[in-house]
Amino acid sequence: MSKTNQLNEVTNPVPQHKGSRRSFLKAGGATIAATGILASGCKEFFDMIPDKPIPAPPAPPVHLGEGDIGVLNYAYTLEQLEAAFYTKVVEMPYSGISSEEEMILEDLRKHEVAHRDFLKAALGKDAIRKLTFDFSSVDFTSRDSVLGTAKTFEDLGVAAYNGAGQLLVSADFLLIAGKIVSVEGRHAAAIRSIFDEDPKSFAGDDVIDENGLDRAFTPQKVLDTASPFIVNKIIANQLPTS
Amino acid sequence: MKIFELLDMYNVKPEELNAFTSRREAFAKLGSFGKKIALAAIPVTIASSASTKAFARTMEPLDVLNFALTLEYLEAEFYTKGLAKAGLIPDGKDRAIFEQIEKHEVDHVEFLIAGITASGGTPVEKPMFDFTAEKNFDPFGDYNQFLALAQAFEDTGVRAYKGQAANLMESNELLTAALQIHSVEARHASEVRRLRGLKGWITQDERGEGMPEATQAVYNGEDNLTQGGVDVTTVSSVGADGVTESFDEPLTKEEVLTIAGLFICTEE
Repeated sequence: MSKTNQLNEVTNPVPQHKGSRRSFLKAGGATIAATGILASGCKEFFDMIPDKPIPAPPAPPVHLGEGDIGVLNYAYTLEQLEAAFYTKVVEMPYSGISSEEEMILEDLRKHEVAHRDFLKAALGKDAIRKLTFDFSSVDFTSRDSVLGTAKTFEDLGVAAYNGAGQLLVSADFLLIAGKIVSVEGRHAAAIRSIFDEDPKSFAGDDVIDENGLDRAFTPQKVLDTASPFIVNKIIANQLPTS
Repeated sequence: MKIFELLDMYNVKPEELNAFTSRREAFAKLGSFGKKIALAAIPVTIASSASTKAFARTMEPLDVLNFALTLEYLEAEFYTKGLAKAGLIPDGKDRAIFEQIEKHEVDHVEFLIAGITASGGTPVEKPMFDFTAEKNFDPFGDYNQFLALAQAFEDTGVRAYKGQAANLMESNELLTAALQIHSVEARHASEVRRLRGLKGWITQDERGEGMPEATQAVYNGEDNLTQGGVDVTTVSSVGADGVTESFDEPLTKEEVLTIAGLFICTEE
Protein backbone atom coordinates (compact mmCIF):
# COMPACT_ATOMS: atom_id res chain seq x y z
CA MET A 1 0.00 0.00 0.00
CA SER A 2 1.46 3.34 -1.05
CA LYS A 3 1.40 6.48 1.01
CA THR A 4 -1.01 8.10 -1.41
CA ASN A 5 -3.53 5.31 -0.97
CA GLN A 6 -3.37 5.47 2.81
CA LEU A 7 -4.04 9.18 2.66
CA ASN A 8 -7.05 8.68 0.43
CA GLU A 9 -8.56 6.14 2.79
CA VAL A 10 -8.45 8.57 5.67
CA THR A 11 -9.54 11.79 3.98
CA ASN A 12 -12.25 10.22 1.84
CA PRO A 13 -14.37 8.60 4.54
CA VAL A 14 -17.48 7.68 2.52
CA PRO A 15 -17.09 4.01 1.59
CA GLN A 16 -17.75 3.56 -2.11
CA HIS A 17 -18.09 -0.23 -2.11
CA LYS A 18 -17.98 -3.15 0.27
CA GLY A 19 -14.34 -3.87 -0.44
CA SER A 20 -13.23 -0.54 0.94
CA ARG A 21 -15.13 -0.73 4.22
CA ARG A 22 -12.72 -2.74 6.29
CA SER A 23 -9.72 -0.67 5.37
CA PHE A 24 -11.74 2.45 6.03
CA LEU A 25 -12.70 1.22 9.46
CA LYS A 26 -9.13 0.43 10.32
CA ALA A 27 -7.84 3.78 9.21
CA GLY A 28 -10.65 5.99 10.41
CA GLY A 29 -12.00 4.10 13.42
CA ALA A 30 -11.27 6.85 15.89
CA THR A 31 -13.20 9.44 13.91
CA ILE A 32 -16.25 7.23 13.53
CA ALA A 33 -16.30 6.32 17.19
CA ALA A 34 -16.34 9.99 18.05
CA THR A 35 -19.59 10.51 16.12
CA GLY A 36 -21.36 7.90 18.19
CA ILE A 37 -22.23 5.69 15.26
CA LEU A 38 -20.31 2.75 16.67
CA ALA A 39 -22.38 2.86 19.81
CA SER A 40 -25.51 2.02 17.83
CA GLY A 41 -23.96 -1.08 16.28
CA CYS A 42 -21.34 -0.62 13.66
CA LYS A 43 -22.07 -3.80 11.73
CA GLU A 44 -25.79 -3.08 11.22
CA PHE A 45 -25.06 0.49 10.29
CA PHE A 46 -22.72 -0.38 7.52
CA ASP A 47 -24.77 -3.29 6.28
CA MET A 48 -27.65 -1.03 5.40
CA ILE A 49 -25.75 1.63 3.51
CA PRO A 50 -25.63 0.14 0.05
CA ASP A 51 -28.38 -2.48 0.27
CA LYS A 52 -31.37 -1.12 2.21
CA PRO A 53 -33.53 1.97 1.93
CA ILE A 54 -32.91 4.66 4.49
CA PRO A 55 -35.53 4.25 7.24
CA ALA A 56 -38.06 7.03 7.89
CA PRO A 57 -36.67 9.61 10.27
CA PRO A 58 -38.07 9.51 13.78
CA ALA A 59 -41.00 11.83 14.54
CA PRO A 60 -39.95 13.96 17.50
CA PRO A 61 -42.50 15.45 19.88
CA VAL A 62 -43.76 18.89 18.93
CA HIS A 63 -44.51 21.75 21.31
CA LEU A 64 -47.22 24.04 19.93
CA GLY A 65 -46.12 26.88 22.19
CA GLU A 66 -48.18 29.46 24.05
CA GLY A 67 -50.44 32.43 23.32
CA ASP A 68 -51.58 33.25 19.81
CA ILE A 69 -48.51 31.49 18.37
CA GLY A 70 -49.59 28.29 20.07
CA VAL A 71 -53.14 28.61 18.74
CA LEU A 72 -51.86 29.24 15.22
CA ASN A 73 -49.53 26.24 15.49
CA TYR A 74 -52.55 24.20 16.57
CA ALA A 75 -54.34 25.34 13.41
CA TYR A 76 -51.18 24.62 11.41
CA THR A 77 -51.19 21.08 12.82
CA LEU A 78 -54.72 20.47 11.56
CA GLU A 79 -54.05 22.05 8.17
CA GLN A 80 -50.93 19.90 7.74
CA LEU A 81 -53.05 16.85 8.52
CA GLU A 82 -55.79 17.76 6.06
CA ALA A 83 -53.35 18.77 3.31
CA ALA A 84 -51.42 15.49 3.66
CA PHE A 85 -54.64 13.50 3.59
CA TYR A 86 -56.11 15.09 0.44
CA THR A 87 -52.73 15.01 -1.31
CA LYS A 88 -52.76 11.25 -0.85
CA VAL A 89 -56.43 10.97 -1.87
CA VAL A 90 -55.77 12.84 -5.11
CA GLU A 91 -52.60 10.86 -5.84
CA MET A 92 -54.48 7.57 -5.73
CA PRO A 93 -58.20 8.16 -6.38
CA TYR A 94 -60.50 5.40 -5.10
CA SER A 95 -62.07 3.15 -7.67
CA GLY A 96 -65.32 4.37 -9.14
CA ILE A 97 -64.67 8.01 -8.23
CA SER A 98 -67.05 10.35 -10.10
CA SER A 99 -65.83 13.44 -11.90
CA GLU A 100 -67.71 15.62 -9.40
CA GLU A 101 -66.06 13.87 -6.47
CA GLU A 102 -62.67 14.16 -8.13
CA MET A 103 -63.17 17.91 -8.60
CA ILE A 104 -64.30 18.45 -5.02
CA LEU A 105 -61.42 16.45 -3.54
CA GLU A 106 -58.86 18.27 -5.72
CA ASP A 107 -60.33 21.62 -4.61
CA LEU A 108 -60.15 20.55 -0.97
CA ARG A 109 -56.51 19.54 -1.47
CA LYS A 110 -55.71 22.96 -2.90
CA HIS A 111 -57.51 24.82 -0.13
CA GLU A 112 -55.88 22.88 2.68
CA VAL A 113 -52.45 23.26 1.07
CA ALA A 114 -53.07 27.02 0.80
CA HIS A 115 -54.10 27.16 4.48
CA ARG A 116 -51.05 25.13 5.49
CA ASP A 117 -48.60 27.17 3.42
CA PHE A 118 -50.09 30.44 4.62
CA LEU A 119 -49.89 29.47 8.29
CA LYS A 120 -46.30 28.29 7.90
CA ALA A 121 -45.37 31.64 6.33
CA ALA A 122 -47.32 33.61 8.93
CA LEU A 123 -45.67 31.75 11.81
CA GLY A 124 -42.20 32.06 10.32
CA LYS A 125 -39.54 30.93 12.76
CA ASP A 126 -42.23 30.04 15.32
CA ALA A 127 -43.81 27.43 13.05
CA ILE A 128 -43.70 23.84 14.26
CA ARG A 129 -41.87 21.30 12.12
CA LYS A 130 -43.35 19.34 9.23
CA LEU A 131 -45.32 16.58 10.92
CA THR A 132 -45.36 12.89 10.08
CA PHE A 133 -48.75 11.26 9.52
CA ASP A 134 -50.07 7.73 9.74
CA PHE A 135 -53.01 7.06 7.45
CA SER A 136 -52.79 3.29 7.81
CA SER A 137 -56.36 3.22 9.17
CA VAL A 138 -57.63 4.69 5.88
CA ASP A 139 -58.27 2.45 2.89
CA PHE A 140 -57.50 4.84 0.05
CA THR A 141 -59.04 2.45 -2.49
CA SER A 142 -62.41 2.66 -0.72
CA ARG A 143 -64.86 5.51 -1.32
CA ASP A 144 -66.49 4.95 2.07
CA SER A 145 -63.18 5.06 3.90
CA VAL A 146 -61.90 8.17 2.10
CA LEU A 147 -65.12 10.20 2.25
CA GLY A 148 -65.83 9.06 5.81
CA THR A 149 -62.39 10.26 6.88
CA ALA A 150 -62.86 13.53 4.96
CA LYS A 151 -66.16 14.09 6.75
CA THR A 152 -64.49 13.54 10.12
CA PHE A 153 -61.64 15.93 9.29
CA GLU A 154 -63.85 18.72 7.94
CA ASP A 155 -66.35 18.61 10.80
CA LEU A 156 -63.42 18.48 13.21
CA GLY A 157 -61.78 21.47 11.53
CA VAL A 158 -64.96 23.51 11.89
CA ALA A 159 -65.34 22.61 15.57
CA ALA A 160 -61.64 23.30 16.18
CA TYR A 161 -61.66 26.81 14.74
CA ASN A 162 -65.00 27.58 16.41
CA GLY A 163 -63.51 26.61 19.75
CA ALA A 164 -60.18 28.34 19.15
CA GLY A 165 -61.54 31.80 18.28
CA GLN A 166 -61.94 32.76 21.93
CA LEU A 167 -58.36 31.68 22.68
CA LEU A 168 -56.89 34.33 20.37
CA VAL A 169 -55.86 37.76 21.63
CA SER A 170 -55.17 39.41 18.27
CA ALA A 171 -58.23 40.62 16.34
CA ASP A 172 -56.22 40.22 13.14
CA PHE A 173 -55.60 36.53 13.82
CA LEU A 174 -59.25 36.08 14.79
CA LEU A 175 -60.33 37.50 11.43
CA ILE A 176 -57.96 35.19 9.56
CA ALA A 177 -59.25 32.20 11.53
CA GLY A 178 -62.76 33.32 10.59
CA LYS A 179 -61.78 33.47 6.92
CA ILE A 180 -60.56 29.87 7.10
CA VAL A 181 -63.30 28.30 9.23
CA SER A 182 -66.13 29.22 6.88
CA VAL A 183 -64.26 27.50 4.05
CA GLU A 184 -63.96 24.43 6.27
CA GLY A 185 -67.72 24.69 6.84
CA ARG A 186 -68.29 24.82 3.08
CA HIS A 187 -66.10 21.73 2.70
CA ALA A 188 -67.92 19.84 5.45
CA ALA A 189 -71.28 20.52 3.81
CA ALA A 190 -70.04 19.42 0.37
CA ILE A 191 -68.48 16.18 1.63
CA ARG A 192 -71.59 15.33 3.65
CA SER A 193 -73.75 16.15 0.64
CA ILE A 194 -71.96 13.72 -1.67
CA PHE A 195 -71.37 11.04 0.98
CA ASP A 196 -74.54 10.85 3.10
CA GLU A 197 -77.94 9.70 1.91
CA ASP A 198 -79.89 12.16 4.07
CA PRO A 199 -80.37 15.39 2.09
CA LYS A 200 -80.27 17.34 5.39
CA SER A 201 -76.85 16.01 6.32
CA PHE A 202 -74.93 19.04 4.96
CA ALA A 203 -75.88 20.70 8.24
CA GLY A 204 -77.24 17.64 9.98
CA ASP A 205 -78.75 17.37 13.42
CA ASP A 206 -75.70 15.31 14.44
CA VAL A 207 -73.53 18.45 14.27
CA ILE A 208 -75.98 21.38 14.59
CA ASP A 209 -77.76 21.71 17.92
CA GLU A 210 -81.30 22.81 18.77
CA ASN A 211 -80.24 26.47 18.87
CA GLY A 212 -78.92 26.18 15.32
CA LEU A 213 -75.29 26.24 16.52
CA ASP A 214 -72.41 24.25 15.02
CA ARG A 215 -69.95 22.47 17.29
CA ALA A 216 -67.07 24.15 19.14
CA PHE A 217 -64.35 21.90 20.58
CA THR A 218 -61.41 22.50 22.90
CA PRO A 219 -57.93 21.84 21.47
CA GLN A 220 -57.64 18.80 23.76
CA LYS A 221 -60.77 17.21 22.36
CA VAL A 222 -59.72 17.94 18.79
CA LEU A 223 -56.19 16.61 19.28
CA ASP A 224 -57.53 13.46 20.93
CA THR A 225 -59.49 12.78 17.74
CA ALA A 226 -56.63 13.72 15.43
CA SER A 227 -53.80 12.01 17.33
CA PRO A 228 -54.25 8.52 15.81
CA PHE A 229 -53.30 10.10 12.48
CA ILE A 230 -50.30 12.06 13.79
CA VAL A 231 -47.06 10.18 14.50
CA ASN A 232 -45.46 13.06 16.40
CA LYS A 233 -46.64 13.60 19.93
CA ILE A 234 -48.33 17.02 19.98
CA ILE A 235 -47.73 18.87 23.25
CA ALA A 236 -50.49 21.43 23.70
CA ASN A 237 -50.26 22.08 27.44
CA GLN A 238 -49.17 25.69 27.02
CA LEU A 239 -52.12 26.71 24.88
CA PRO A 240 -54.39 29.37 26.39
CA THR A 241 -57.57 28.02 27.97
CA SER A 242 -59.74 31.10 27.55
CA MET B 1 -83.69 52.08 0.76
CA LYS B 2 -82.59 54.24 3.65
CA ILE B 3 -79.31 52.99 5.00
CA PHE B 4 -78.96 55.66 7.64
CA GLU B 5 -82.29 54.81 9.19
CA LEU B 6 -81.16 51.19 9.29
CA LEU B 7 -77.92 52.16 10.96
CA ASP B 8 -79.89 54.09 13.55
CA MET B 9 -81.71 50.90 14.41
CA TYR B 10 -78.55 49.50 15.96
CA ASN B 11 -77.77 52.35 18.28
CA VAL B 12 -78.28 51.16 21.80
CA LYS B 13 -78.50 53.64 24.64
CA PRO B 14 -75.58 53.62 27.07
CA GLU B 15 -77.86 52.93 30.03
CA GLU B 16 -78.92 49.70 28.36
CA LEU B 17 -75.33 48.60 27.98
CA ASN B 18 -74.69 49.25 31.63
CA ALA B 19 -77.79 47.45 32.75
CA PHE B 20 -75.65 44.73 34.26
CA THR B 21 -72.80 45.51 36.53
CA SER B 22 -71.96 41.96 37.39
CA ARG B 23 -71.89 38.61 35.79
CA ARG B 24 -73.73 37.20 38.77
CA GLU B 25 -76.64 39.53 38.17
CA ALA B 26 -76.70 38.58 34.52
CA PHE B 27 -76.77 34.90 35.35
CA ALA B 28 -79.56 35.48 37.86
CA LYS B 29 -81.63 37.04 35.13
CA LEU B 30 -80.74 34.20 32.80
CA GLY B 31 -82.49 31.77 35.13
CA SER B 32 -85.86 32.92 33.88
CA PHE B 33 -85.23 31.72 30.36
CA GLY B 34 -86.30 28.48 28.82
CA LYS B 35 -84.43 25.23 29.01
CA LYS B 36 -83.59 25.25 25.34
CA ILE B 37 -81.64 28.48 25.66
CA ALA B 38 -80.18 27.77 29.05
CA LEU B 39 -78.51 24.68 27.65
CA ALA B 40 -76.44 26.80 25.32
CA ALA B 41 -73.57 29.08 26.18
CA ILE B 42 -75.52 32.25 26.67
CA PRO B 43 -73.92 35.62 26.14
CA VAL B 44 -74.09 37.40 29.45
CA THR B 45 -70.82 39.19 29.95
CA ILE B 46 -71.03 41.85 27.30
CA ALA B 47 -71.76 44.67 29.70
CA SER B 48 -68.81 43.98 31.96
CA SER B 49 -66.36 46.82 31.90
CA ALA B 50 -62.99 45.15 32.24
CA SER B 51 -61.48 43.59 29.16
CA THR B 52 -58.18 41.79 29.05
CA LYS B 53 -58.08 41.80 25.30
CA ALA B 54 -57.02 44.81 23.29
CA PHE B 55 -58.74 45.51 20.01
CA ALA B 56 -60.41 48.28 18.09
CA ARG B 57 -64.13 47.78 18.42
CA THR B 58 -66.32 49.42 15.81
CA MET B 59 -69.69 48.36 17.22
CA GLU B 60 -70.96 47.53 20.69
CA PRO B 61 -71.73 43.84 21.29
CA LEU B 62 -75.46 44.41 21.78
CA ASP B 63 -75.56 46.32 18.50
CA VAL B 64 -73.79 43.40 16.83
CA LEU B 65 -76.42 41.00 18.16
CA ASN B 66 -79.25 43.19 16.92
CA PHE B 67 -77.54 43.55 13.56
CA ALA B 68 -77.26 39.75 13.37
CA LEU B 69 -80.88 39.40 14.45
CA THR B 70 -82.01 41.58 11.55
CA LEU B 71 -80.19 39.34 9.08
CA GLU B 72 -81.64 36.23 10.69
CA TYR B 73 -85.16 37.72 10.55
CA LEU B 74 -84.62 38.30 6.84
CA GLU B 75 -83.38 34.77 6.17
CA ALA B 76 -86.00 33.08 8.35
CA GLU B 77 -88.91 34.92 6.75
CA PHE B 78 -87.54 34.32 3.27
CA TYR B 79 -87.42 30.54 3.75
CA THR B 80 -90.68 30.36 5.71
CA LYS B 81 -92.47 32.15 2.90
CA GLY B 82 -90.76 30.06 0.23
CA LEU B 83 -91.70 26.80 1.91
CA ALA B 84 -95.29 28.01 2.35
CA LYS B 85 -95.67 28.85 -1.33
CA ALA B 86 -97.30 25.80 -2.92
CA GLY B 87 -95.41 24.38 -5.86
CA LEU B 88 -92.35 26.64 -5.49
CA ILE B 89 -89.78 24.30 -3.96
CA PRO B 90 -89.66 20.82 -5.54
CA ASP B 91 -90.49 17.97 -3.18
CA GLY B 92 -87.72 15.60 -2.20
CA LYS B 93 -84.13 16.73 -1.90
CA ASP B 94 -84.71 20.46 -2.51
CA ARG B 95 -87.53 20.71 0.00
CA ALA B 96 -85.59 18.77 2.62
CA ILE B 97 -82.62 21.11 2.21
CA PHE B 98 -84.68 24.27 2.64
CA GLU B 99 -86.61 22.82 5.57
CA GLN B 100 -83.30 22.26 7.33
CA ILE B 101 -82.03 25.75 6.48
CA GLU B 102 -85.28 27.38 7.60
CA LYS B 103 -85.20 25.49 10.87
CA HIS B 104 -81.71 26.85 11.61
CA GLU B 105 -82.59 30.44 10.71
CA VAL B 106 -85.67 30.34 12.95
CA ASP B 107 -83.50 28.85 15.71
CA HIS B 108 -80.97 31.67 15.23
CA VAL B 109 -83.73 34.31 15.56
CA GLU B 110 -84.95 32.76 18.82
CA PHE B 111 -81.43 32.31 20.15
CA LEU B 112 -80.43 35.91 19.43
CA ILE B 113 -83.64 37.34 20.91
CA ALA B 114 -83.05 35.35 24.09
CA GLY B 115 -79.38 36.33 24.19
CA ILE B 116 -80.06 40.03 23.69
CA THR B 117 -82.74 39.98 26.34
CA ALA B 118 -80.58 38.03 28.78
CA SER B 119 -77.83 40.57 28.24
CA GLY B 120 -80.11 43.43 29.20
CA GLY B 121 -80.72 44.67 25.68
CA THR B 122 -83.87 45.12 23.66
CA PRO B 123 -84.20 42.96 20.56
CA VAL B 124 -84.99 44.98 17.45
CA GLU B 125 -88.42 44.50 15.95
CA LYS B 126 -88.65 42.42 12.83
CA PRO B 127 -88.58 44.84 9.88
CA MET B 128 -91.03 44.66 6.99
CA PHE B 129 -89.38 42.77 4.16
CA ASP B 130 -89.92 43.16 0.45
CA PHE B 131 -88.24 40.18 -1.20
CA THR B 132 -89.07 41.54 -4.62
CA ALA B 133 -86.83 44.55 -3.89
CA GLU B 134 -89.43 46.84 -5.39
CA LYS B 135 -90.47 44.38 -8.10
CA ASN B 136 -86.95 43.61 -9.25
CA PHE B 137 -87.18 39.97 -8.18
CA ASP B 138 -89.90 37.34 -8.10
CA PRO B 139 -88.48 34.74 -5.71
CA PHE B 140 -91.79 33.20 -4.71
CA GLY B 141 -93.02 32.90 -8.27
CA ASP B 142 -89.78 31.68 -9.87
CA TYR B 143 -87.75 28.95 -8.16
CA ASN B 144 -84.53 29.95 -9.93
CA GLN B 145 -84.84 33.41 -8.43
CA PHE B 146 -85.60 31.92 -5.04
CA LEU B 147 -82.40 29.88 -5.31
CA ALA B 148 -80.37 32.90 -6.43
CA LEU B 149 -81.53 35.03 -3.52
CA ALA B 150 -80.96 32.15 -1.10
CA GLN B 151 -77.36 31.96 -2.29
CA ALA B 152 -76.95 35.72 -1.96
CA PHE B 153 -78.40 35.74 1.58
CA GLU B 154 -76.24 32.83 2.77
CA ASP B 155 -73.00 34.12 1.26
CA THR B 156 -73.80 37.54 2.77
CA GLY B 157 -74.51 35.99 6.15
CA VAL B 158 -71.10 34.31 6.19
CA ARG B 159 -69.37 37.59 5.40
CA ALA B 160 -71.48 39.58 7.88
CA TYR B 161 -70.72 37.40 10.93
CA LYS B 162 -67.04 37.27 9.97
CA GLY B 163 -66.92 41.06 9.87
CA GLN B 164 -68.28 41.32 13.43
CA ALA B 165 -66.13 38.71 15.19
CA ALA B 166 -63.63 41.26 16.51
CA ASN B 167 -66.46 43.29 18.05
CA LEU B 168 -67.36 40.34 20.25
CA MET B 169 -63.87 39.49 21.52
CA GLU B 170 -64.42 40.69 25.06
CA SER B 171 -66.97 37.94 25.65
CA ASN B 172 -65.88 34.36 25.05
CA GLU B 173 -69.50 33.19 25.19
CA LEU B 174 -70.70 35.71 22.63
CA LEU B 175 -67.79 35.25 20.26
CA THR B 176 -68.06 31.46 20.31
CA ALA B 177 -71.83 31.52 19.78
CA ALA B 178 -71.41 33.89 16.83
CA LEU B 179 -68.75 31.61 15.33
CA GLN B 180 -71.06 28.64 15.81
CA ILE B 181 -73.75 30.45 13.80
CA HIS B 182 -71.19 31.62 11.23
CA SER B 183 -70.13 28.10 10.26
CA VAL B 184 -73.76 27.01 9.94
CA GLU B 185 -74.32 29.85 7.47
CA ALA B 186 -71.24 28.60 5.59
CA ARG B 187 -72.68 25.07 5.41
CA HIS B 188 -75.96 26.52 4.09
CA ALA B 189 -74.13 28.66 1.54
CA SER B 190 -72.16 25.68 0.25
CA GLU B 191 -75.27 23.56 -0.12
CA VAL B 192 -77.37 26.22 -1.88
CA ARG B 193 -74.49 27.00 -4.26
CA ARG B 194 -74.08 23.31 -5.10
CA LEU B 195 -77.83 22.95 -5.58
CA ARG B 196 -77.51 25.72 -8.17
CA GLY B 197 -74.72 23.81 -9.94
CA LEU B 198 -71.86 25.93 -8.60
CA LYS B 199 -68.91 25.03 -6.41
CA GLY B 200 -69.60 25.33 -2.70
CA TRP B 201 -66.84 27.95 -2.43
CA ILE B 202 -66.32 31.36 -4.02
CA THR B 203 -63.74 31.69 -6.81
CA GLN B 204 -62.22 35.17 -7.19
CA ASP B 205 -65.14 37.64 -6.87
CA GLU B 206 -67.42 35.66 -9.19
CA ARG B 207 -71.09 35.68 -8.22
CA GLY B 208 -71.56 32.59 -10.41
CA GLU B 209 -73.72 31.67 -13.34
CA GLY B 210 -77.32 32.78 -13.21
CA MET B 211 -76.84 35.25 -10.36
CA PRO B 212 -78.42 38.66 -11.03
CA GLU B 213 -76.04 41.56 -11.51
CA ALA B 214 -77.63 43.22 -8.47
CA THR B 215 -76.03 40.57 -6.23
CA GLN B 216 -72.45 41.42 -7.25
CA ALA B 217 -72.00 43.47 -4.04
CA VAL B 218 -72.19 40.14 -2.17
CA TYR B 219 -68.99 38.99 -3.92
CA ASN B 220 -66.91 42.13 -4.30
CA GLY B 221 -63.60 41.80 -2.46
CA GLU B 222 -63.64 37.99 -2.38
CA ASP B 223 -60.73 38.06 -4.87
CA ASN B 224 -58.32 39.16 -2.13
CA LEU B 225 -55.00 37.24 -2.21
CA THR B 226 -53.30 38.91 0.77
CA GLN B 227 -53.77 37.48 4.25
CA GLY B 228 -51.99 39.02 7.22
CA GLY B 229 -49.75 40.97 4.85
CA VAL B 230 -48.77 37.84 2.93
CA ASP B 231 -49.70 37.35 -0.73
CA VAL B 232 -50.53 33.68 -0.34
CA THR B 233 -49.70 32.91 -3.98
CA THR B 234 -46.06 33.81 -3.19
CA VAL B 235 -45.75 31.23 -0.39
CA SER B 236 -47.81 28.41 -1.91
CA SER B 237 -47.96 26.44 -5.11
CA VAL B 238 -51.72 26.94 -5.11
CA GLY B 239 -52.73 29.44 -7.80
CA ALA B 240 -54.79 32.60 -7.44
CA ASP B 241 -58.18 30.93 -8.02
CA GLY B 242 -57.52 28.32 -5.35
CA VAL B 243 -56.20 30.90 -2.89
CA THR B 244 -59.30 33.08 -3.23
CA GLU B 245 -61.47 30.00 -2.67
CA SER B 246 -59.48 29.15 0.46
CA PHE B 247 -60.26 32.36 2.35
CA ASP B 248 -63.71 33.93 2.73
CA GLU B 249 -63.65 37.69 3.18
CA PRO B 250 -65.62 39.84 5.66
CA LEU B 251 -68.08 42.63 4.96
CA THR B 252 -68.58 45.71 7.12
CA LYS B 253 -71.93 46.44 8.70
CA GLU B 254 -72.48 49.23 6.17
CA GLU B 255 -71.75 46.91 3.23
CA VAL B 256 -74.10 44.26 4.60
CA LEU B 257 -76.88 46.77 5.17
CA THR B 258 -76.49 48.07 1.64
CA ILE B 259 -77.20 44.53 0.44
CA ALA B 260 -79.87 43.61 2.98
CA GLY B 261 -81.41 47.07 2.70
CA LEU B 262 -82.60 46.22 -0.81
CA PHE B 263 -85.10 43.90 0.84
CA ILE B 264 -86.04 45.95 3.90
CA CYS B 265 -88.90 48.45 3.79
CA THR B 266 -88.01 51.47 5.89
CA GLU B 267 -91.27 53.35 5.42
CA GLU B 268 -93.43 53.16 8.50
